[in-house]
Order: sequence, then structure tokens, then C-alpha cells
Amino acid sequence: MNDSKPILSVRGLHKSFGALEVLKGVDLDVRPRELVFVIGPSGSGKSTLLRCCNRLEEPGSGSIRVEGVDIMAPGVNINAVRRRIGMVFQQFNLYPHLDALGNVTLALRKVEGKTRAVAETIGRGALARVGLAEKAAAYPNELSGGQQQRVAIARALALEPAILLFDEPTSALDPELVGSVLNVMRELRESGMTMVVVSHEMRFARSAADRVIFMDHGAILEQGLPEKLFNAPDHPRIRDFLASIEH
Amino acid sequence: MFARFADTFFNLEVMQQYLPKIIEGFFVTVQLAVAVVAAGLTTGLVLAVVRAFRVRLLNFFIVIAVDMLRALQPLVIIIAFYFALPNVGVRMSAFVATWLALALVLAAFAEEIFWAGILAVPKGQWEAARSTGLGFLATLRYVVLPQAVRITIPPLTNRTIAITKGTALGAVVAVGEILYQAQSGYSFSYNPSPLTLGALAYLVLFVPVVWFGRWVETRFAWKR
Ligand SMILES: Nc1ncnc2c1ncn2[C@@H]1O[C@H](COP(=O)(O)OP(=O)(O)O)[C@@H](O)[C@H]1O
Ligand SMILES: [Mg+2]
Repeated sequence: MNDSKPILSVRGLHKSFGALEVLKGVDLDVRPRELVFVIGPSGSGKSTLLRCCNRLEEPGSGSIRVEGVDIMAPGVNINAVRRRIGMVFQQFNLYPHLDALGNVTLALRKVEGKTRAVAETIGRGALARVGLAEKAAAYPNELSGGQQQRVAIARALALEPAILLFDEPTSALDPELVGSVLNVMRELRESGMTMVVVSHEMRFARSAADRVIFMDHGAILEQGLPEKLFNAPDHPRIRDFLASIEH
Repeated sequence: MFARFADTFFNLEVMQQYLPKIIEGFFVTVQLAVAVVAAGLTTGLVLAVVRAFRVRLLNFFIVIAVDMLRALQPLVIIIAFYFALPNVGVRMSAFVATWLALALVLAAFAEEIFWAGILAVPKGQWEAARSTGLGFLATLRYVVLPQAVRITIPPLTNRTIAITKGTALGAVVAVGEILYQAQSGYSFSYNPSPLTLGALAYLVLFVPVVWFGRWVETRFAWKR
């Protein structure tokens, strides 16, 4: 796609929970401005892969580099690394005791040490990018699921990350609210944000993804352009999977 | 009939005589209660935060200590501090013994309540905060505790009021608080009117506390 250095580079990643080996040697490079889409059956290790990339899960073995920094190196400042990787969760995980602006500005103030005024300027900018400028003072329980997820995206964006990881960002949403979140993601992609998206929104993948990865049993079974993977995958397993979710 | 009742329980002469003592006791009770609440809640919160670090051995000792303090009668602890500890060279005033015993008991209950509150905050809250670069303590301070404390306000308020009323146990070791003053007034005057005054003093002190507790509960109720 392009030859610039990868922002995220995963090599030989293994991860086990007790006796259960969940990731069995995953290699993944994500280059600047790329949108990598990850699909695969439930339990195939998609979430674990994302969560290893910012060490919400401790990787077992292998290496993970973010902008060239080995995040497993002893003495690495993981909090500094995490500022460079935004994460968006299925359940939004907004802070219920803070309003939208408070959610978006907390890390700016407490991690980056910005003053409230500076943080709020940045925070309002991030809320505007997800189309929620007028909801700055709303608490999470006063927002629809789609709005909550967009605030969560703004919270990640506010830190100006090098890459955004999405773990099923629309799976918890009522169908009529999915579109608003996907639109925000599409705009991010058009503005050049680097993204890894785990999702079942195949239509979004077809139109927005640069590359689709199919994971199965903790490994990447096949990857390629969306047209190839969706229309003519090499593995019948993938055809079955696509058929099973397109009811 | 009523005149006799009034003379027994509302003897103005006796009341006038012992009012200064009861007022003195009132302020001793207030001091004791404030000191117990401040020390007990702070210690309880600190212990719960320490427990959140999940250091096995440390948590083992916290749990043992907390369970013992919750199982014991506060009065037994007061008596142990005041009468038994001097045998091993630790001496403290009756006021300090009562304060320490009640503060420890409140700390134990508060630790359990705060800890339950911390556990009740979903794991996703930790993960969201950590994923933005907040450290463990910052996450606890700005994301988890504000939510945990809200959940804990009702049980904590009830427990705090109950233990604060335990300041009356100080009378046993002659702390000059309300009950002690009322009882000694009663035994000197052979008239229970000082006890009436004492009861009034407790009402004046604790009815506002109960109201405050109710206000706090509604103030911190979740906006759903
Ligand atoms: N914290 C955990 N402890 C134990 N097992 C886990 C944990 N997280 C995930 N797993 C297991 O790892 C496997 C992969 O999970 P996950 O990465 O969530 O898959 P996916 O996101 O593709 O559905 C599943 O079998 C799941 O049960
Ligand atoms: Mg998952």
C-alpha cells in the first residue's frame, strides 16, 4: 500500500490464558493512514490481539512496536505509549460521573498536565470532530448509545494518537444508531487516521478498509484487499463465516 | 400524677443545676464524634486503596484485622485499651481510648464498604482510563473512587451515624461526654432530670446528623 514505516508492528505474538493458547504467533504491520479491518469468529482472539497492543493484556511472547518503540522493553513508559494508541471499546466505557467534556479532557489534564482551559479547547475540538460539540455538558446517561460511542472516540482522539484501535465499536448499538458511529469512523479514515477495526460491519469494511484480516483460532488465516477476501477467499472457512453472518 | 411525673423528669431546679455539665458533655461528645469520623473514614479509605494494589500478604492482614474489629464489641475494645494496655506499658486517657477504639471500628467497616464500592466499578472503567495513559493511582483517584464513593454513601452514612452514637460508651471509662454527665447528675441529685437533659442533648446533636445523612444520600444519588 505504502512503503513508510509501520506505526504498529506485531511479530510472532503469542498469548495464553492459563492452558488456553489464544494467540498463536500473529504478525501484523499497520502503516500510516491505513485502515486494517479484522474479522473472524467469536473467540478467535481478535480482542486479545488489540488489547495486547497497548498491554491491557500482557503479551506472552513475541514483539510489539508502536512507532518503533518496543512496548515490551523493560523500563518502557507504558503510559506514554498508551497515549499514542487510542482505544475504543464495545461498551463505550465512558466515565458516568463526568460530562462529555470531562470524559474527553481527563487524560489531557491528569496525564499531559494541561490546564483546564487548554484541555477544554482541545476537548471541544475533539467533540466537534465527532459531531457532538453541543453535547459537551451532557452526562453519559443523557446520551444515546451512538452519541456515547462518539464521545468515547473523541476521548481517544483528544490525545492525538498515532493509531486508533476499535473493538467492535458498533456491536452494542441499536441498528439505527450504528450509522452515526460508522460515519465518524469514515471521516477519520478520510482525514488520514491510522486505524485497526474489529467489527462485523462488512459493508463498512468493503467501502473503507484498505486490508481485511481473517483471524481463526488465534492466528491470521488469510488477509488481503476487501474485494478479494469477501468475494474470492482462498479458504472455504472464510466463505462459510461470511455466509453465517450475512443473514 | 402529672405533677409528680414533671417533678421527677423535668425538675427545673435540678435541670438548671446540671445544665452546664450537660453542655460541657455535649461539646466533649461533639469533639469525640468528629475525631472518630475523621480518623475512621480516612483510615478506612486508605486501607481500601492499599487493598486495591492487591498485594497478597498485605491484604491478608488487612482482612484479618478488619474482620476482628467488626466482630468485637466496641465496648470491649475501649475497656481493653483503657484497662488492659497499661499492663503492657501503654497508657492512654479515657478520651483517647474511646476515640481510638471507635475510630478503628469505623475504619474497619468503612474499609469493607469502600472496598465493595471499588469492586463494584466495572473493569471497563479501569481499562478505558488506563488506555488513555492514566496510571494506576490516577485511575483510582479520578475514575474509580468518585464512582465507588457514590455507591458507598448510603451504607457509609448509616454506619457512621451508628458508630458515632457509640461515643456514649465512653461513659464506662468516665469520658465526660453527655451520658456520663447525665448519669453522674442523676446519682448526685437522686433525680432523673439530668437524664432527660442528656436525651435532649443527644437529640439536638444527632437529629441534624441524621438529616445531613439523608441529604447526602439524595445529593449523591445517581442521576439516571
Ligand atoms: N481474561 C481472560 N481470561 C481467560 N480467558 C480469556 C480472557 N480473555 C479472553 N479469553 C479467552 O480467549 C479467547 C479469545 O478471546 P477474544 O480475544 O475475546 O476473542 P474475540 O474477540 O475474537 O471474540 C476466548 O476463548 C476467550 O474465552
Ligand atoms: Mg472480542
